[in-house]
Formats: sequence, C-alpha cells, structure tokens
Amino acid sequence: MKKFDKDRLILGLAGPVLALVVALALTTVVLLASGRNPFEPYRIMFESASYADVQVLIINQAGTYYLAALAVAVGFRMNLFNIGVDGQYRLAAMMAALVGASVTLPGPLHIALIVVVAMLVGAFWAGIAGFLKTTRGVSEVVSTIMLNSIATALVAWLILPKNFGEQPAGSNNLTTGEIAESGWFPGLPMGDGAGEIYGFTFVAAGCGLLYWFVLNRTRFGFDLRATGASESAAQASGVDAKKMILTSMLISGAVAGLAGLPTLLGDTHTYSLDFPTGIGFTGITIALLGRNNPLGIAFSALLIAFLDKSSASLDQYGYEKEIATIMQGLIVISVVVSYELVRRYGVRRQQQKVGEELAAGHAIKTEKEAAL
Amino acid sequence: MRRITRIATVGVASAALALSATACGGKTSSDAGSDGADKAAIAYDIGGRGDQSFNDAAYAGLAKAEKDLDIDGNEAEPSDGESDADKVQRLTELARAGNNPVIGVGFAYAPAIKKVAPKFPKTTFGIIDDASVTGKNIANIVFNEEQGSYLAGVAAAKVTKTKTVGFIGGVETPLIKKFEAGYIQGVKDTDPSVNVLPQYLTQPPNFDGFSKPDLGKAAAQGQLDKKADVIYSAAGLAGSGAIEAASKAGKWNIGVDSDQYNQAGLANYKESILTSVTKDVEDSVFNLIKSVQDGKPQTGEIRYGLDKDGVGLSMSNPAFTEMKDVIAAVDKAKQEIIDGKITVKTAP
Repeated sequence: MKKFDKDRLILGLAGPVLALVVALALTTVVLLASGRNPFEPYRIMFESASYADVQVLIINQAGTYYLAALAVAVGFRMNLFNIGVDGQYRLAAMMAALVGASVTLPGPLHIALIVVVAMLVGAFWAGIAGFLKTTRGVSEVVSTIMLNSIATALVAWLILPKNFGEQPAGSNNLTTGEIAESGWFPGLPMGDGAGEIYGFTFVAAGCGLLYWFVLNRTRFGFDLRATGASESAAQASGVDAKKMILTSMLISGAVAGLAGLPTLLGDTHTYSLDFPTGIGFTGITIALLGRNNPLGIAFSALLIAFLDKSSASLDQYGYEKEIATIMQGLIVISVVVSYELVRRYGVRRQQQKVGEELAAGHAIKTEKEAAL
Repeated sequence: MRRITRIATVGVASAALALSATACGGKTSSDAGSDGADKAAIAYDIGGRGDQSFNDAAYAGLAKAEKDLDIDGNEAEPSDGESDADKVQRLTELARAGNNPVIGVGFAYAPAIKKVAPKFPKTTFGIIDDASVTGKNIANIVFNEEQGSYLAGVAAAKVTKTKTVGFIGGVETPLIKKFEAGYIQGVKDTDPSVNVLPQYLTQPPNFDGFSKPDLGKAAAQGQLDKKADVIYSAAGLAGSGAIEAASKAGKWNIGVDSDQYNQAGLANYKESILTSVTKDVEDSVFNLIKSVQDGKPQTGEIRYGLDKDGVGLSMSNPAFTEMKDVIAAVDKAKQEIIDGKITVKTAP
C-alpha cells in the first residue's frame, strides 16, 4: 500500500515537472529564434528574485493568486469551470471597499465586516451562474464569462461620482473613498526598504488548510468529489447533485471574493480604476498547474508570481519582460499535454502491476495447491 | 541527458521557490543601482511605448532630452493588471538607480508617487495628468484638454454639412470626459443645431478602448451610419480604427494627443485628418528634465493650457488651413478662452 502511494506521488510530481521542463525548453527556443542570449534573461530573473523587496512582492502576489486559484479549484473538483472568478473578485472588492469606507467600527469588527461583504458578494455573483445551471441547465462556462462583462459594467457604473464613487480633487481617478484605518489589515514588516507582507497572505494560507480539510476529511467534501467524479453515480448513492452544484458554486464565489482583499486591506485601502485585474484568469492557470491540490497550488502560485515579479527588471537590461508571459502561456499548454501523458503512463503502469500481482498471486496459489 | 535536464530543472525550480519562500536576504533590488551621468526615467502607462499616442509622446520628450541635454534616459513598462505595489517597486528602483527626474506617465501612478516621493527628497518626481498628490519634490503636469477639445468642437460645427458630428472616447474615465465636455460645448456654442453623438468604447478597468483599433472602427461605422461627417476620437491607438473608417467613407476626422496628420502609421488616411487636438506631453517631459538639469526643478502644479500652447489644434493639413472662415472662428474662440471670456467645462 505504501509503495503505491509513493508511486502516486512521483506520478503526481512528474506532470508539473515535465510541463516546466518543456515550457523552459520552448522559451529558450523562442529566445534563440529571436536572436537573443537564451540564458541571460533567466539569470537576470533569478538575480532580481534574490532581493528582499522583490521577494516580498512575490509572496504578496502569490497570496492573491492562491485565493483565486483555490476558488477555481473548488469548482474543478466538482467538474465546474468557474471562469467568472475575475468578475466575482472585482465586484466583491468594490462592494467591500464601499461598505468598508462608509462605516467605522473597532478594528477586528471592521475587517470582519469587509471580509464578510466580499464573500457574500462573490458568492452571490457566482450563485447566479449556479442557479442558472441547476434550474435552466445553462453551462456555467458561458454564464460566468458573461457575468464577468456584466460585473465590469456594473462596477464602472457604481463607481461614477453621481452614484457611489468619488473623484479626489485634482485627480483623474475614481475611487470608492478611503477605508478608515481600523479597517486596514496589519502586515508583517520585512525591514527597511523591503516593504511588508500583507497580513491577508496568512489568511490565504489558512484558506488552503481549510480547503484541504473540508475536501478530504468531511462528508461534504466526499460528496463534492463524488459528484465531480460522476454525477449520476453520486445521485444514485443519495447525493443531491443539484444542491451540490449550487453549493460549490457559492463556495467558489465566496473564496473568489477574498482574492481582492490582500491588496484592498493591505495596500490600497480603496477600490479605484487601477485596481489589479485579471487575477481570476491567472487563477485558472495556477489551479491547473497545481492539480487542485492545496500544496500544489501554493507552489504554482509562487512560481507564477515569481515569473511576474522577477521579469519586471528585464526591461532595464534590454530584454522584453513579455518573455515571462510567453513562459506562462507555454506552461499552460504543456501542463495539459504532460498531465495527459503522465496519466496514460500511470494507467499503463497500474495495469502492468495488477497483471504482475495477479500472476504472482496465481503462482502462490498454485504452489499452495501443489503443497496440499 | 534527459535525466540530467530534468534534475537540473527541478533544482532550478525549487531554488526559485525557496528564494521566494524565504523573504530574508538583507539586500533590496535598488542596491544594484549605479551612478554616472545625469539620468532621467519615465515609467509608462497602460499600453506602453508604441501606442502612437500618449506614451509615445512622453518617450519623444525623453528622446529629445537625451539628444539635446545629453542625459541618459531610462524607461520602464507596466504589466497588465498590476497593482500599486508594482508601481511603487518600479519607481523606487528607478529613483535608487539615480534617475532624476522620475516621471510617472498617467494618473495611475499617483498613489505610488505619494509613497515613494518622500523617501527620495532629492529626486524630483513628475506625474502627468494628476494634481492630487503634492509634495516639495513632486511636479504635477496637467493639461487643459477641454480647451483644445473646445476648439475641435468649433471646427467640427463649422465643417459639418449633415449637422451631425461624432465623439469617440476610448475608455469612460474622468480624463476622457474632459475631452467630451470641451468638444460638445465648442460645437453647441458655435451652432446649437448641430447634433453630437458621444460614444465610449469600453468601461474601466477594461482599457481595450485605448488599444484596439477594431473597436474604434466599429464605433465610427455606427456614427457614420447615423450621418455623422466629422468624428473626433480621443481613444489612443483605438482611434486609428475610427480614422480608417471615416477616411474610407470620405468624411472628416479629428485626431488627438499628437499631430496625427503627420503620423507615419496613418499616412494612408492623412487627407481625411482635418486637424488634431494636440497635448504637448513631449515638451512637458522635456521641460521637466531640463529644469532638473538646470538646478531649478519644477514643483507643484504645472498647467499647460491654450495660453502656453500646451494644448491646441494642429494646422498641418492644407485643406484645413484653407478654410478661412473656420480658422477665423477657431482663432477667435482661442483668444476668448485665453482672455477668460469663455470658460470651458471639464465634465459633460
């Protein structure tokens, strides 16, 4: 039994490792093809990542990515493709910022209120897609993509000064107003010039633990995985599949709602026109790369954040920082291919093993029979 | 061989993760800076260099300073969907590397400059299109876009035959609304019977409206169908799509930011570009760099309006300059704005 687990672990790691090797090799080919030094950019990126301030940036970004990827992963485990994480976190961050800026409460309560609002809004927005799927059979892929656009329009309308936003004097930006200091999530200072790690990054890590516990150690998690594996089989064994779809969509949305909070609570303290976008889509990449495993997602979030942040300095050395974007794209493609290859290899290996064991078992049996 | 590369990659990848996982290490990226000749840097807005508009104009200013003032120019591009923390990082690196001034192109840099500027009291920080962050070493470069747009409105109202003119804004932000407000006021003050069709391509935070020409083309097509015969597009690179559509229909365009009649990328459509509302980002960048080099760095709000030719209408299309009555009306309006007889609104 133990031997089998080790095999599984190796096979599990083989997928991402193979993908990274392929992506790296292909990026090198791209660099060679465009007549550039194929190794220098990597050196610059590693050098840049050795600085404390860049490391803090990477960790903070990874925390944000981690939450978005968890939200996607919850859906994946259930065979639901929640592409709407992007719209969910933006709308949630905006509403949370609005509510946060309009009240003053004692510290922890203020933060809790903002967090709860963000989760509720995220869950609500994802819930629309869940509701449509369970009642009308609308594909969640289509509805969440559309809800992303609707969220963009809704946020743009809500943030107009004539509605809920404000335009600071002399600025060309629109904001939701500044959240009072009681609603700022304390960070972990990393020394002079290095900045601080957002406190919410640790909350993100906690969410990972919770995700692992709920999925692997509770009845609900079992039902969710069972429904994801086979809806009809789960239904036959007494799981209400529709309820599971709606619930996991709501949970996915609630987690997505948290994705904007590291930035909101730790840095900007307001939602403005230049609030980070696209985190939800990066989350899909990360969840894929991390195989929906909380630890795997953590590593891939760090990897993607590393590519993002360490590539920023490439500009200074005459290399385009889009090299990192190419790499991320290649990783996604090779992940899909390599996982399939590894899966096939694993299945073949398993069959072989079972065959061997059966043969061996048979041999023992015949020996016993012979002894009798 | 294959085994070796695999092991090597595992090693490299885990080293990367280990590095990022342990945010210790006393050094910060800015320690890598070097000293040398006078250096100046600009950090670009969304779109970066090559947008044929705002960012390119800022680059032109830097390039001019490199040539005329013999400085060493540096540039830094943003990533899609980045946060304020990334901008803080970028400006800090540029400042520590000895660049002076460090110029943030676009209002999005305001929160970052607010954080970075106090840490480098000897460095001048410039920000374009924002006057909300202030400090001893911050120069706020702002433009009266609405004044230039007013003149465009005057010209459009004079030129139109169908009594219908179009306005295409890239992204519906307060900045672009200044263009719209000035334009509509200029049209209505000149001829109240002319109908203005305003349209925005995208809503923030979707900034495609500044970068995707197909959006501008579709919007212009719609306005042409509604009988518009002059279209003013304030939409960065997306505006080139609008210019293409109107040009093919034989209608007039009004360009934006730089003199688009003289832009190489639009040479095929130049005859249809009546004029452009210019915004002299180039000189504003150059002036700031020069002031720092002269030892008298600019600080506080530096406003470029019609009076200083910071904004204006370009006069490079001969077909436009030959329209004597139009030019006369534009010149009259310009004088009245400078004299304060006309106050142009900044919001529609």
